[in-house]
Amino acid sequence: MTIQVNGEPLEVAGPLTISALLADLKVDSRLVAVEHNLTIVKRAAYETAVINEGDEVEIVRFVGGG
Amino acid sequence: MPADTFTIADRTFTSRLIVGTGKYPSHQVMAEAHRASGTEMVTVAVRRVDLRDRGAESMRAFIDESRIVLLPNTAGCYTADDAIRTARLGRELGLSNWVKLEVIGDERTLFPDNIALLEATRVLVREGFVVLPYTNDDPVICKKLEEAGAAAVMPLGAPIGSGLGIQNPNNMAIIREQARVPVIVDAGVGTASDAAIAMELGADGVLMNTAIALAGDPVAMATAMKLAVEAGRLAYRAGRIARRQYASASSPAAGTIPSLAGASKGA
Repeated sequence: MTIQVNGEPLEVAGPLTISALLADLKVDSRLVAVEHNLTIVKRAAYETAVINEGDEVEIVRFVGGG
Repeated sequence: MPADTFTIADRTFTSRLIVGTGKYPSHQVMAEAHRASGTEMVTVAVRRVDLRDRGAESMRAFIDESRIVLLPNTAGCYTADDAIRTARLGRELGLSNWVKLEVIGDERTLFPDNIALLEATRVLVREGFVVLPYTNDDPVICKKLEEAGAAAVMPLGAPIGSGLGIQNPNNMAIIREQARVPVIVDAGVGTASDAAIAMELGADGVLMNTAIALAGDPVAMATAMKLAVEAGRLAYRAGRIARRQYASASSPAAGTIPSLAGASKGA
């Protein structure tokens, strides 16, 4: 299925959890925050929140800034 | 003089210098500059993870979070909604409800959109955030932000990254005089004297990024800024003399050796 991650289409074997997506993308879940269809997903829900076809996911982190 | 800490919401700081994490030549230099500055709070931005370059070193590993608190910003947001969304993501990332709230109104000056800023402040305060809004050096908007529940106000000294120094010292003094929350001069500092002036005007703290990060030697400049903030603060507490148009001799007139030419006038 196709989902949108950080504004770009991504093919994944889906439906999958946030945890699975982060693992697929090799992203350290401790260093990011995740928004799923414009709602923030709490860390505790990464194992249970399921991403479906067409869903939009934002994965953000801290970078240098003023 | 008694110890001189300052408190925003529930946190008390010894250092009055808040530093950024952007634009440094390297993460290592940033870490050294942070140490040299003595800062206890640094700003960070919230951005998308680059999925094509996940090997990028994590900046966060170079921040000593045992000594330094992270202050997420909403830089790059041009609407209240975007700033609110970014603030919520920052809270999730940092596990803290503090935010340096920026709603930018103009790309060239990076001046704030104060109307949207006020709106976003109200929403985030309602959500339990400790809101530190970056705003114009305008006493009226600072007052309104305070009334909206801002934990501090952060008027700009000059445009972000401009290094022009405090452009409107009189407004800054008025803001300080009327604010009942801490005043942090945010943006515009170019060199140490600018930071000292901000503190002499009564600011509770100064926030800067570019002035340190892009200095020829960021670590040395961080030390200079630390000293300037301390010097300016101490001068403010000490109470400066009044300005006067004419001289006032420092040496006594009494006992002056009479001039061979007659009357004596001394310095």
